Amino acid sequence: MPERYAIEMRGVTKRYPRVVANDRVDLAVPEGEIHAIVGENGAGKSTLMKVLYGLVPPDGGEMFLLGRPLSRHRPSDAIRLGLGMVHQHFMLVDTLTVAENVVLGEEPLKGRLFIDTEAARERVRSLSVEYGFDLDPDERVENLSVGLEQRVEIVKVLYRGARVLILDEPTGVLTPQEVRELFSILRALRDGGRTIVFITHKLDEVLDLADRVTVMRDGRVTGVVDAASTTKEELARMMVGRDVLLRVEKTPADPGETVLQIDGLHAKGIQGTEALRGVDLTVRAREIVGVAGVQGNGQTELVEAITGLLDATSGSVKLNGRDITNRRPREVRELGVAHIPEDRQARGLVLDFTVAENLILGRHLSPDYSRRGLLDMDAIDESARRLIGEHDVRPGDPDVGAAHLSGGNQQKLIVARELDCSPALLVASQPTRGVDIGAIEFVHESLVRMRDRGAAVLLVSAELQEIMSLSDRIVVMYGGRLVAEFHGGAVTEEEVGLSMIGGATAGQEPVAV
Amino acid sequence: MFPRRWTHITGVLSPVVAVAASFLVGGLVVASIGESPLRIYGILFRGAFGSVDGIGYVLFNATPLIFAGLAVAFAFRAGLFNIGGEGQIYIGSFACAAAGLGLRGLPAPLLVPVLIAVSAAGGALWAAIPGFLRARFGAHEVINTIMMNFIAIGLTSYLVVNVFKEPGQMTPQTAEIPLAAHLPRLAGALHPIGVPLPYANPLNVSLLVALGAVLASWFILRRTTLGYEIRAVGLNPQAAEYAGIDVRRTTVLAMCISGAFAGLVATNEVMGFRYRFLDNFSGGIGFMGIAVALLGKNTSLGVLFAALLFGVLNTGALEVDVFTDVPRELILVLQAVTIILVVVVNEVLARRLAARGSAAAPAEAEGGA
Repeated sequence: MPERYAIEMRGVTKRYPRVVANDRVDLAVPEGEIHAIVGENGAGKSTLMKVLYGLVPPDGGEMFLLGRPLSRHRPSDAIRLGLGMVHQHFMLVDTLTVAENVVLGEEPLKGRLFIDTEAARERVRSLSVEYGFDLDPDERVENLSVGLEQRVEIVKVLYRGARVLILDEPTGVLTPQEVRELFSILRALRDGGRTIVFITHKLDEVLDLADRVTVMRDGRVTGVVDAASTTKEELARMMVGRDVLLRVEKTPADPGETVLQIDGLHAKGIQGTEALRGVDLTVRAREIVGVAGVQGNGQTELVEAITGLLDATSGSVKLNGRDITNRRPREVRELGVAHIPEDRQARGLVLDFTVAENLILGRHLSPDYSRRGLLDMDAIDESARRLIGEHDVRPGDPDVGAAHLSGGNQQKLIVARELDCSPALLVASQPTRGVDIGAIEFVHESLVRMRDRGAAVLLVSAELQEIMSLSDRIVVMYGGRLVAEFHGGAVTEEEVGLSMIGGATAGQEPVAV
Repeated sequence: MFPRRWTHITGVLSPVVAVAASFLVGGLVVASIGESPLRIYGILFRGAFGSVDGIGYVLFNATPLIFAGLAVAFAFRAGLFNIGGEGQIYIGSFACAAAGLGLRGLPAPLLVPVLIAVSAAGGALWAAIPGFLRARFGAHEVINTIMMNFIAIGLTSYLVVNVFKEPGQMTPQTAEIPLAAHLPRLAGALHPIGVPLPYANPLNVSLLVALGAVLASWFILRRTTLGYEIRAVGLNPQAAEYAGIDVRRTTVLAMCISGAFAGLVATNEVMGFRYRFLDNFSGGIGFMGIAVALLGKNTSLGVLFAALLFGVLNTGALEVDVFTDVPRELILVLQAVTIILVVVVNEVLARRLAARGSAAAPAEAEGGA
């Protein structure tokens, strides 16, 4: 035994009635290592961590944390032994300060009744300085950015004495700059002797940050490799079980007529604040325009204003020269706008409908599927079988409830439906959020194929890499406006990333687009 | 694939388990007042099934409950709680009687369809009001349908006492509608085919209207674009909006159809048996509809079976009342217990199945297993 293991799991098995989530999984993480666990959705990564943390009882196997056995334990036991989990969804109280949030539930007391706020603040301050968290203990959490909120979560875990930290998809909500800062914090923590396990599906981050990588597929470990001696391609192959096309292959754009033209668009968001503050944008046929930006800078509202789901307060939206400002969603659809919505479960699907029923959503009035108010059940079934086959939606049964499909297959369903009507404009919002590599590949190919068939494609994504690799033109959204424009291929992630946080061109007039 | 079958199993299993359990509880109640449960249940079921007359009464008692149950179930499919069946029944029935009296002289082949349409239209109109308030202003339909009940009962009561009262009568009721407006009783049609339903049995053509309504409800929901839109709105209004469905219009239409089903109770109560509008005649048919829909899991066919069960209980209750010391109210208790158990059993079964069956589903569906 060269060094002590922070985590040792041997033959851990977790069975669910129809799925073996973890099948005799071994995981060994030496102390002081940054270890990545990668795998597709449903590969069993999160289940494995939940088993370790004590949230889910395993059906077999043994586990050790820092050399101490864990069995039939609960999260409180794991925490006591030095394990800390930073969840994907933050659990903070907005109206309390950073220090108050950190000590919540474990408050240092002065006397028997009063919280020793000074001690709490001091502890946060010292942790902050030691690892470069850059947190003000007295700031209220509601005033923090997402990246800083995440740091509060990490400090919370450290405050409780964690020696081993698990981070579940920690970078999903961060800008590239925030990711870099997070990584340097994590490295500092490792250098201070702590052990980091992070779950992710982003292979670049794995290679950048991790010392070693465990790859999972279908509940099993398919490989353990040193990050320094592997490649994205190798990791992807272990994750998916076949060769995966990581780079999008596309020819240079050959833009045609203007399809979408937006001028001076203003709109209010759900909270009544002005979410769009004068957006000008054109998208032409045969080009993909990518909208980059940190979430919450008006992208959602922009998409909804184009597709008729949100009324603009001023400005105009034109489709092929025709004014579609504030038209109802149905009209916009019928004029040839397809929409892959950012939240597939809330907007894009009726989860309790079958696959076949979902495949006609929004097109149920088309003569292909109904006549004089009556559904043509045979045509619906036939077209469902065709689309399922063409897009390899699994399981391939049109009568299965959509809720029982994996995220990737749900997304394929939506893409199949939206692309089947040969739209003039395709608005794709976060089209690969939370879907696995195989489905990402499929979605990306579909977008490029639509472009090549002559459609105008507007792509909105929080994944900068996705924007970079697919877009012929990139615009950056910040504070409800487009603050920068770049040509795809002629720009680095850094440049785009900087304007995403309002740097460089922020405050200036939007670049004419 | 499993999941659909699982839901089908809960769909049928939980009402069956609940009904069985409610009989057990009912038996305990009977035993607690010193009677033999077996004897009482024997009398109950003999009353319901022991004779052709009894079966006729079961069907007759079930008829209005089918309409009322469909009304609640249909609205529910659009995500709406129509608690206003009672009011819609009164308005539909009053409109039916008033139109019947006003159109005196029309021949039956014309008058009967017109009155059926008027009944449905009356209920639809009454339900459209809370539907519109919901769609336009977001005012909750539960409160407004309940309020519309009070208005309907008060309004029809006023009209029947002050405007339409039958001359020379103390009873607050309208005059009899013309003979051409009567729906024929079924006894006459059943005798030639060898079913000895007594001529006095009130079972009438309204039962066929009710069966047609069950079919219509199923057909609208499953085979029409409107039904598709109604179900989409009920299951996920955000996705419906995304799909270009006019959620407001669909809400109002769903309430109209729901109210129309309730209004059709008039075909049994006015056209089929009383031949007039009687003040306060319903006595809660609309509210029983809620229970029927719940027991029937808000499906068209489920409503039919649930209404028949309640028809059995109501018919048998009369027999129990007449021949034993057990009060008729026992049946009310039994019905209420059934409903409570349906709700509870449904939850329990759903959780059991979820724990066993779909623990894996999130792993598949959500990702991040």
